[in-house]
Amino acid sequence: MTKNVNITINGQQLTVPEDTTILDAARQIGIDIPTLCHLKDTNEIGVCRVCVVEVKGARNLIPSCITKVTEGMEILTNSPKAREAREMVMNLILATHPKDCLTCDRNSDCELRTLAEKMGIRKVDFGAPVKDLPLDDSNPSIIRDQSKCILCRRCVSVCNEVQKVSAISMINRGISTTVGTAFDKGLEDSPCVFCGQCVNVCPTGALTERFQLREVWEALHDPEKHVVIQTAPAIRVSLGEELGEEPGTIVTGKMVGALRKVGFDKVFDTDFTADLTIMEEGHEFLECLNGNGKLPLLTSCSPGWINYVETFYPEFLDNVSSCKSPQQMFGAVIKTYYAKKFNIDPATIFTVSAMPCTAKKYEANRPEMNSSGYQDVDAVLTTRELGMLIKEAGIDWANVEESQFDEPFGEGTGAGVIFGSSGGVMEAALRTLSEVVTGKELESLDFKDVRGLDGIKEAELTLGGQKLKVAVVNGLGNAKKVMEGLKAKELDYHFVEIMACPGGCIGGGGQPRLSTPEVKQKRMEAIYRADLGLPRRKSHENPAVQELYKEFLEKPLGEKSHHLLHTGYTPKEK
Amino acid sequence: MQIYRGHVLVCAGTGCVASGSRNVQAEMEKQLEAFNLDKEIKLVETGCHGFCEMGPIVIVYPEGIFYCRVQPEDVKEIVEEHLLKGRPVKRLLFKNQITEEMVPHYKDIDFYKKQNRIVLGNCGFINPENIKEYIARDGYEALAKALTQMTPEQVIEEIKAAGLRGRGGGGFPTGLKWEFARKAPGDKKYVICNADEGDPGAFMDRSILEGDPHALIEGMAIAAYAIGSDEGYIYVRAEYPLAIKRLKIAIAQAHELGLLGEDIFGSGFNFKLNIKEGAGAFVCGEETALIASIEGRRGEPRVRPPFPANKGLWGKPSNVNNVETFANVPRIIARGSQWFASMGTEKSKGTKVFALTGKVKNTGLAEVTMGITLREIIYDIGGGIIDDKKYKAVQIGGPSGGCIPEELLDLPIDYDSLISAGAMMGSGGLVVMDEDTCMVELARFFLNFTQMESCGKCTPCREGTKIMLDILERITKGEGKEGDIELLQSLAETIKSTSLCGLGQTAPNPVLSTLRYFRDEYEAHIKDKRCPAGACTALASYRILEDKCIGCTSCARVCPAKAISGEVKKPHKIDPAKCIKCGACIETCKFNAIVKQ
Repeated sequence: MTKNVNITINGQQLTVPEDTTILDAARQIGIDIPTLCHLKDTNEIGVCRVCVVEVKGARNLIPSCITKVTEGMEILTNSPKAREAREMVMNLILATHPKDCLTCDRNSDCELRTLAEKMGIRKVDFGAPVKDLPLDDSNPSIIRDQSKCILCRRCVSVCNEVQKVSAISMINRGISTTVGTAFDKGLEDSPCVFCGQCVNVCPTGALTERFQLREVWEALHDPEKHVVIQTAPAIRVSLGEELGEEPGTIVTGKMVGALRKVGFDKVFDTDFTADLTIMEEGHEFLECLNGNGKLPLLTSCSPGWINYVETFYPEFLDNVSSCKSPQQMFGAVIKTYYAKKFNIDPATIFTVSAMPCTAKKYEANRPEMNSSGYQDVDAVLTTRELGMLIKEAGIDWANVEESQFDEPFGEGTGAGVIFGSSGGVMEAALRTLSEVVTGKELESLDFKDVRGLDGIKEAELTLGGQKLKVAVVNGLGNAKKVMEGLKAKELDYHFVEIMACPGGCIGGGGQPRLSTPEVKQKRMEAIYRADLGLPRRKSHENPAVQELYKEFLEKPLGEKSHHLLHTGYTPKEK
Repeated sequence: MQIYRGHVLVCAGTGCVASGSRNVQAEMEKQLEAFNLDKEIKLVETGCHGFCEMGPIVIVYPEGIFYCRVQPEDVKEIVEEHLLKGRPVKRLLFKNQITEEMVPHYKDIDFYKKQNRIVLGNCGFINPENIKEYIARDGYEALAKALTQMTPEQVIEEIKAAGLRGRGGGGFPTGLKWEFARKAPGDKKYVICNADEGDPGAFMDRSILEGDPHALIEGMAIAAYAIGSDEGYIYVRAEYPLAIKRLKIAIAQAHELGLLGEDIFGSGFNFKLNIKEGAGAFVCGEETALIASIEGRRGEPRVRPPFPANKGLWGKPSNVNNVETFANVPRIIARGSQWFASMGTEKSKGTKVFALTGKVKNTGLAEVTMGITLREIIYDIGGGIIDDKKYKAVQIGGPSGGCIPEELLDLPIDYDSLISAGAMMGSGGLVVMDEDTCMVELARFFLNFTQMESCGKCTPCREGTKIMLDILERITKGEGKEGDIELLQSLAETIKSTSLCGLGQTAPNPVLSTLRYFRDEYEAHIKDKRCPAGACTALASYRILEDKCIGCTSCARVCPAKAISGEVKKPHKIDPAKCIKCGACIETCKFNAIVKQ
């Protein structure tokens, strides 16, 4: 049992458990202390020093974010010494930081700028030259502007400790310290999988996605172009945050309404191809169970995970489902079936996808993603970019009229929606597989064992008399554990869902910044609320999917499917 | 056993090796054989004597005759005259710089007279590559005593009672540190030796590693027994190849004799030692950075707590001490805490090795009893200032230390007196400065070092030291501004109080202490654009004194910038716009007619 300790903060006495940090104790009584590098559970290293406070009897000032309280501790958060030191430290951080806030990608969303304002910094004059370091724009997903980096190391912690990809680390020393890859090459030439978790935690403009808003606007302004957009399942529960709503608000209708006002010719739902994925991948799994394919089958929806398995576990590439991700299935179907059905020249179609993901940008750019004869997906926007697009278009979000997705790809089931949260793909597959295999309708559609934010979830079930063991994994650090277990033959599953980002797509690298566990929890709850609110909750009951098979694809795993909806993988150098 | 009538000790410390002692040794071997003396006189390769500037050093026993700067061509004469005929070679003896007298005996040399060589007792006396010589000097007796007659708790009590404090800089009580590690729960614990000596000019640890490696091994084994560890690491910088070589030999020999390994002295105590070579980052002397480096990670400190005593190497309880600290341990256990505690001041017991360097006549390693005054070290051991110039200050404690001005020369040196004087013991560097040293430039020099060695992890150290350095550079170039001193002061205070590790927390010390004692020099640079010591080139100006110049034109001829003009036999003039301040004119002028201001 944890002991309680008595402390005073700014003269106020309080009793807190002994493993409480000074910062948390202060916040409990409504006293805030500025923090910058600190990221609970992820980056608790106390390096930026903007959170220092005075503790009576201590020789130096104490970083409040990582120092635990002790009995009798007397803390002064606003003593002249503490305030002046914090101000000086903040000044030192700002000394070499570019001052182009007006035009910076982060602008009003910047943690550093916000903190400078909160701390009342009005002037920085050490006369030090502003950092001028080369930009890393080597890849389609992530741009690194080291000039804007304040060396808080959040990205490094996320990459090394959470995702265990270790593409980036600190390089050089002293004033020359930067964040870099091995041999300081571009991310493209590193083991980076473009999951974007680093981008999600960056407090400044040092890490951003490669923006594609300009391409989208150009297409929208081009009268020759037929511009369609698909929106991913996880976007509808997070886009609101970019536009001032509380985390966990479901904004599907408003989003569609807004995108229609922006000027898209069609607004479609990626849920549709999520359902399509279940049809293909479900049948693929059945084939594997029948001995025509390797077990365990590993899902393929998450492009960060695909990059990861190609780089770190190429020996398992045959286990990865050959299904393209829902985004890529969508692109391929739009430029073939849709184009034909509505008599549109596929060369004039511009497909945009709104994704919670940075790796999707990389995926859309893969050379093999052109089975329609064109690049299947032309531009990928993150949730953050989608928010910007709506703002740039001058749409009054608060009063925007709700609207419905367009036919025929506006039809998605609850099974498609839950793709947005870790466990969703597995649950959606189980809903369909159970009924396909047994021919009987399920009593309960909720597979609760595979839900939640836990990194590794397991479930056992019986499918047509056969006992199955499945696992759901989110976050690449956890994927590493499972892959090592599979490699060592210590783990044995039939089917494994793997998502690169902690929590799944609701915690994607393209989501509104600082997806804390609390925020992710709210987004996840919203996903399952959205599932419950839909009339159809099983992929195979999606009438549009059924129609697509009838009119065009014929059957799951058929020849057309094989050509348009499936892909292959290539081992990558580390 | 072979009995010899005499011994010739040739120093093979890094200093003497650099000045050619290997050749002297080879020649000695050849000559002893040539004169058929090799059965009578034993040639011994030893570690460092500490008086490196006099190297290569050769000492002949039983007389204890001390030969300096011996060259291979001198060897024959030593053999013929001294070893055969018993007549010491006078010209190779040490010459007292004040009395100009020859001092034949080691113990009579001023440099050694005031020393109290305990930790360095074996250095220069025994062959470090032969464990038997160490054992003959009572080596491993302390380990035997600890393992067979004392409990680990008693060992810790003994070290506590001795009052031994960390010799690496911090001065933390060693026994207390051991007690923390002993009490930390865990089956596996590590003892780590910090041999990442990094202060510019300091080489006491290297000297011990090279001259008496078994003292370190024995000290570490005793520490391991005390805290309940069975494995140790010596983190030694790769720039010390000779130390590494001798450590490896020593470890192997100790293993062979069962003084390392399993069941030492039949006590059931096991101890294994590993060597980890560091890559030369100054910050790896900080214990958490050192541990990270052993683990193969970037050598960077982390926030403490948790302290290494609880969570150290590979997350296990670990005890980190420096070389000199460990080397004191066998002596304390063997001779007792009372003996040790009888030396020194109230809170600083025993001795400390200082690396004496700078503008002082005798430079080298000096081990002195705590509480000795700076005056004694600089004037008695060091022989005073070169060219009898005026003493200005001594930088003590390395780049993180501070300077001590003339008025504090009689300060008894210990951990606490130095802290209150704005300096610190550090690892024991002593850089003596004379009147020609500019204190602003000195601060700039040391800050440049710490700034470059900052690991870059925390903001104040990474950014702050750079900004301080920029300000100091401006001041020394004559571009100082009103408010610079105040800004330096406030930056220094913030960096001291907010940096993550000891490097940052002490980095501003040279600035703060020079500001404390020599603020007027800063003001002269900033307000008058003048360097009182005449050391800052950018601020210097050269002028020809009209009444002294006879117009010989030699200055005009040597001036590379053609800045001097004038008619023959008439006073010349320097054009300040053209002058590059190289000083060539002053050197060439025979009439002292040119002055630098």
